[in-house]
Amino acid sequence: MTTEFTISDMHLDVLKEIGNIGAAHAATSLSELLQRTIDMHVPKVALVSFDDMFELAGGSERVVVGIFLRLEGDLSGSMFFVLPIESANRFIRRLIGDGTFDFSDPSTIREIGVSAMQELGNILSGSYLSALSDFTGLKIYPTVPSLSVDMVGAIVSFGLIEVSHYSDEVIVIDTKIVEVDGNDTSVDGHFFLLPDPPSYVTIFKSLGVM
Amino acid sequence: MGSVKTVVRVGIADLNIVKEPDTIRTSGLGSCVGVVLYDERRKVAGMVHVMLPDSSLGKGGPLNAAKFADTGIYALMERLKAEGVRPMALKAKIAGGSQMFQFGSSDTVRIGPRNVEAVKQELRRLSIPLVAEDTGGSSGRTIEFDPATGVLNVRTVNQGTKEI
Repeated sequence: MTTEFTISDMHLDVLKEIGNIGAAHAATSLSELLQRTIDMHVPKVALVSFDDMFELAGGSERVVVGIFLRLEGDLSGSMFFVLPIESANRFIRRLIGDGTFDFSDPSTIREIGVSAMQELGNILSGSYLSALSDFTGLKIYPTVPSLSVDMVGAIVSFGLIEVSHYSDEVIVIDTKIVEVDGNDTSVDGHFFLLPDPPSYVTIFKSLGVM
Repeated sequence: MGSVKTVVRVGIADLNIVKEPDTIRTSGLGSCVGVVLYDERRKVAGMVHVMLPDSSLGKGGPLNAAKFADTGIYALMERLKAEGVRPMALKAKIAGGSQMFQFGSSDTVRIGPRNVEAVKQELRRLSIPLVAEDTGGSSGRTIEFDPATGVLNVRTVNQGTKEI
């Protein structure tokens, strides 16, 4: 690492705590939007290699629906919302009332479904970031979300470009999205927050842990 | 003998080499570029999964040569030389360099095309002929090279598979 301090377990625990607060806000918004009980929690905050990062998202070659946002303001970083095709289809079909919509079949993809997916990204990131902002006092602005249906490696590596200038490892705040349906729960996706290394200090200072 | 083929995997910002009958593969190339250097006669090949165009972009920390176009291709050539391959015998095939998203910081938006350009420049500098490429566009690619045939298989999600 080129950051002038060593990242300890304590730092990662603090990030996990904030991640969980952000996730709780985001889950509430998502549940209201989808009229389903959605649970979001942070199973893992860790410093991982780029290849391990792809594994967290389902493996480099796995085809997913990915929404990407850049963060600007007092801190910079990347945010990804990665969903298996089937989960993304289920969410969007419900939202736009079109049972034929399928991200894996370009002929069925209508603009309204793509917009709905981007809006889902907006709502998730917005509620997550406002919690993070409240907690840290940092001003954070997300860019407009961009959507791609492709391999995990191809999508997520784009958000690692900035990090790769500094390091071969990245702090990943992994948030699991779970749909609670009766007794049945299904893991529906992941939400990743990847701060750029120069922002590590900013975040930890704002939290009073350095 | 020779019935067991191994697929050697190359991660992101990583490189490795392979000999017939094994093949070498890297998956999920987006803006990154996969560069294959191979010796047709000796049936030896190497692959590097390049992430950034130039090692001067590295901001401190230990340098991972395989991450950058300039240092990565050179390091791969050195690995092949250590296996007895003559640089004169090397040819190159490349794939990747997509523009996955249309926004980002100004540096990263065009990182795919910049990676492709940097790879070509380094190949020219090392006098390694580029015999085939599948670059650009906006799709991810998984590639696998077979040193026995010299064929690079390129798979995308929406445009199927092609051989170059």
